[in-house]
Amino acid sequence: MTEPRVRIKFDQVSVQFPAQSGMMRVVDDVSYAVRDREFVSVIGPSGCGKTTMMNMVAGFMQPSSGTVTLDGRPIKGPGPDRGVIFQEYGVFPWLTVKQNIAFGLTLRANRTSAAEREEICSRYMQLMGLSDFADAWPRMLSGGMRQRLALARAYAVKPQFLLMDEPFGALDAQTRTAMQDLLLDVLAAEGKTVMLITHSVEEAVYLSHRIIVMTARPTRIREIIDVPFPYPRDAGLHETPAFGELRAHVRQLVMQEYAQQAKQRQSQSN
Amino acid sequence: MRRVALILAPWLVLIAGWYGIHYSGLINPALVPTPHAVAQRFVELVQTRLPLDILMSTRRVFIGVLSGTVLAVPVGFVLGWYPNVRHFIDPLINFFRALPPIALIPLVIVYFGVDELAKIVILFYASFFAGVIVMYEGISQISPIYVRVSRTLGATDSEIFRKVIVPLAVPHMLTALRVALGVAWATLVASELIAAQQGLGALIQNAGSFFQLDIIYVGIICIGFIALFMDLALRAIARRLVSWQERIA
Ligand SMILES: Nc1ncnc2c1ncn2[C@@H]1O[C@H](COP(=O)(O)OP(=O)(O)OP(=O)(O)O)[C@@H](O)[C@H]1O
Ligand SMILES: [Mg+2]
Repeated sequence: MTEPRVRIKFDQVSVQFPAQSGMMRVVDDVSYAVRDREFVSVIGPSGCGKTTMMNMVAGFMQPSSGTVTLDGRPIKGPGPDRGVIFQEYGVFPWLTVKQNIAFGLTLRANRTSAAEREEICSRYMQLMGLSDFADAWPRMLSGGMRQRLALARAYAVKPQFLLMDEPFGALDAQTRTAMQDLLLDVLAAEGKTVMLITHSVEEAVYLSHRIIVMTARPTRIREIIDVPFPYPRDAGLHETPAFGELRAHVRQLVMQEYAQQAKQRQSQSN
Repeated sequence: MRRVALILAPWLVLIAGWYGIHYSGLINPALVPTPHAVAQRFVELVQTRLPLDILMSTRRVFIGVLSGTVLAVPVGFVLGWYPNVRHFIDPLINFFRALPPIALIPLVIVYFGVDELAKIVILFYASFFAGVIVMYEGISQISPIYVRVSRTLGATDSEIFRKVIVPLAVPHMLTALRVALGVAWATLVASELIAAQQGLGALIQNAGSFFQLDIIYVGIICIGFIALFMDLALRAIARRLVSWQERIA
């Protein structure tokens, strides 16, 4: 069996930002590859540089050194092949729920017929539990509903890649589980390559093929963990001993990095 | 009913206070005409020159505000959207904005004469600088996230402009228009210092030279009410146009 081809590749990537005292190194010599239809989660302390890494794949910024490539080519800018769920959703306040979902479909890049658009909108509104709010303005929605709307809008244009920055963060536990399972369904049906940023170890283990644990800033790869459970997965997985063991292992790594971060802060303030 | 009462209450208090001042004896009653005397004078004037005064003034304000805003919107947009441009142009804008229109009147007369055009130029000046600032402050505060989101959905530059930036700019355009309108009414009397025969500003100035206080009051109250009604109308339009917004500024 041959391994699927590499789609996203980080090659010795470093990023620095200008800070008060000179340059601040945020990402430090990171290399890894995401293969076709792979689900990779990135987990690490807050502020370590996860969103920064995602922004490079999305095409919003370039590494200070090293390369980020997509199918072997350096990433020049954003495009509809890479759907992005932003940490702050970015739901369009001047469009209704339905118009938000349809937005991408009205662009030249993904032109669809009116009938098709209608069909896609109502399907995702139903899947996301937004049907009753088709004509509501986003300001009338709860935080969780806005997040679901952002998901629907990104799914609607059927991108090959999904880059998700804490997409389920604002959801209650039940909705969160439902959205995770929906994501797995969408992936099974449409076959996408996913990069998910999350703070939830549980979520990372449940959804991913592989989990990349990042260190505190400047972030490096602490460990890459293979998640051996076959798909399709269902909620029963959470209860198995193997799941519990893996979760404990990942959690320990993440906790250590948070402790490390706290120590750094303390030594800085002294 | 309750709403009407609440809306009327402050006005009634104002009128009561006005009577109070007139009859208090604190100041010479001749210096403060009573509200009913002003109302009576209003009825008289309505039958003579007032309609034309109102028409002329409203027309000047309208043309001044419209031309000022039409220019202020694109200029404000460019300044708001390109921080580098703003960096260099901002001092210039603030320099001109700080000049009171009255101070410019002698120059305006030299360059534009004493006709209709001169008055409109003054109103244009005031509207433009008020509008431009509102517009660029608003545009520069548009969150970049929406542009980023649309790019990830495949939008081209022109699609982003039409489908994202324009809708986001509309509320700021409306606010610019409202602010310009307020400023223009406030500048009207100054603009009509330029040899105006008709207009509310002219009415007030003529009355001033003859010490006809009641006419001055009529003029002032007319300006206030017309400005108020125009603002209400504009707000009603804004509410329909940008119903997606939480509040209308
Ligand atoms: N454009 C920028 N200019 C300067 N510094 C930046 C910029 N973007 C991010 N940073 C800094 O880089 C670091 C990493 O930011 P990033 O948003 O990638 O963190 P994160 O891992 O996504 O955190 P969180 O989990 O809290 O979302 C932070 O210290 C942040 O202040
Ligand atoms: Mg982040």
